[in-house]
Amino acid sequence: MTDSRPRVFLVDDHGMFRAGVRSELAEEVNIVGEAADVTPAITEITQCVPDVVLLDVHLPGGGGQDVVAAVKAGHPEVKFLALSASDAPEDVIAVIRAGARGYVTKTISGSELVDAIRRVAAGDAVFSPRLAGFVLDAFAAGTAPEVDRPSFDPELDQLTAREREVLRLIARGYTYREVARELFISVKTVESHVSSVLRKLQLSTRHQLTRWATERRLT
Amino acid sequence: MNRLETLGLRVSRGPSSDGPMRREIDGSLLGGVAAGIAKRTGFEVGMVRVVIVVAALATSGFGAAAYVVGWLLIPAAGAESSIGTRALRDKRGLGLAAGLTSILVLGLIVASALNAPWVTSLAVPLIVCVVGLALIWRNAPAAELDILRGLADPVAKTGSGTRSRRLLRMLLALALLLLGLVALLGGHDKSIQLLRPLGGILLLIGSIATALGPWWLRIARDLVAERQARIRAEERAEMASRVHDSVLQTLALIQRRAGDSHQVVQLARAQERELRSWLFDGQPPGSIDGQAVTVAGAVRLIQQDIEAKHGMPVDAVTVGDCELDDDLTALLGAAREATVNAAKWSDADVVSLFAEVEPDSVSLFVRDRGRGFDPAAVPADRKGLAESVQARMARRGGSVTVRSAPGEGTEIGLTMPRGAERRRS
Repeated sequence: MTDSRPRVFLVDDHGMFRAGVRSELAEEVNIVGEAADVTPAITEITQCVPDVVLLDVHLPGGGGQDVVAAVKAGHPEVKFLALSASDAPEDVIAVIRAGARGYVTKTISGSELVDAIRRVAAGDAVFSPRLAGFVLDAFAAGTAPEVDRPSFDPELDQLTAREREVLRLIARGYTYREVARELFISVKTVESHVSSVLRKLQLSTRHQLTRWATERRLT
Repeated sequence: MNRLETLGLRVSRGPSSDGPMRREIDGSLLGGVAAGIAKRTGFEVGMVRVVIVVAALATSGFGAAAYVVGWLLIPAAGAESSIGTRALRDKRGLGLAAGLTSILVLGLIVASALNAPWVTSLAVPLIVCVVGLALIWRNAPAAELDILRGLADPVAKTGSGTRSRRLLRMLLALALLLLGLVALLGGHDKSIQLLRPLGGILLLIGSIATALGPWWLRIARDLVAERQARIRAEERAEMASRVHDSVLQTLALIQRRAGDSHQVVQLARAQERELRSWLFDGQPPGSIDGQAVTVAGAVRLIQQDIEAKHGMPVDAVTVGDCELDDDLTALLGAAREATVNAAKWSDADVVSLFAEVEPDSVSLFVRDRGRGFDPAAVPADRKGLAESVQARMARRGGSVTVRSAPGEGTEIGLTMPRGAERRRS
């Protein structure tokens, strides 16, 4: 029984929030540790090697992306799910580009969070409406090619029309299942679209992305 | 009658008090100078008054001037300083006194030109009295002001005054009229032949003004009052609609959530903030325009507003941004209404708000996973969706899609073509 539950590590500087998540998720996941700042988080995560790290985007000693980068170097199998209350898009994108598998807001309900953790543990990507919006915004400058190749697109700098459609629906508040029903595709296909977008987000070297982030910071 | 009794003429001397002289305000007719003297010397107040009046008449006004100076310089009982010391610091009061003096001097010159020596003989006490009273008027404490006001009333009050006041005014007007006529008709002194009719005319004008002035004033005041009443009525109507949109809505919400003290506090806070910004910063509540200049800003406002007022979390996502114009303001107004509807009726946990700004149009989606409804079976009296959303969008050339079914939540899609695009097509 214990083995089937994902092993989760919490990184958040608010003790109240950690306690809340702990009590809310204790049934569904196995919380193996928690930390309040970058350095202790890196040390402890490399020690206990959890399945999923719930990571606050903003930490007192630096951004969440520092934790992701440091842990990924030694333990690429550890997956990260970014979590924040209110967020500057460039910070969120930075954490994702560092290697987090998804991003959700702290207002997420307990059951949805468990769902997201399972999804990330299984290797899928988790896009909250807000992240979908950020990504659409970041890739807005380019025009999508009409070719619909969901999971394998060599064109890293652009989103396909289908990916855009999926992201739009997610941004509108649709769950993966609702997106699948809306577009007459399977949930699996939706997941692969989202993973593809995530990969593009992480691997794209397109300068628009950095320029977008800079512009957002300026405004 | 009362006045005569207070002036009672018994000559007797009671015990006198020591210490500096003070004016006695309690029970005084004017400044309490007579009462002060009476207390200091032990003589009856009434007698002191009579002496003062007689002295004022006998010295052709100098007694009255002395009284006013006494009023100015003798501190009232219980007060620290006299009115005079305060008046010295009152720059504008001193300016007023100087102005009054100059006017009076001018009047005296005219009077002497009109060959009225008795006016000239009264000049100095008159100037002292008027200037002194002006300074007292500006610097006296409230209690003494009331006395002065009571004395000024018969002259200044408009036609609504009592009969005795009107009589007094009429007598004054009559006196001025007689003086004017005498000046006009009497005397043929060569040196002032030209000035005489002029002075007479001035006195006639003064007479008419004294007789009819209050009536003119009342007409003018009525006109002003009427205009003010109209403006107030318009303001009240405007205010009523604003108050309905904000305060009454919030109160209704508070009643519905009376059990949840946290929510109630939150609602009250938000309303207080809004009301303050309305009353003190002039930002009207319930409007999008004037507060936000871009689509993203307006979406954020809607989010904050609904979260604060309806306690419904709003998940707002904006892609792209552009400045608001009239069309987009209408779009966001419709979006706000749709979001309010979702917050009010859906019973969902969260409302999703998604706005995307594209080169040729702006789309907005309001979605909830609440109870949903049958769009075909909406009662005709539910104006929210039809009037506030659909009609509003249609007037501006936008389109609305409603997707809802009982138990499956609702999604309202709003699309508005952007101004430049529409002009091109």
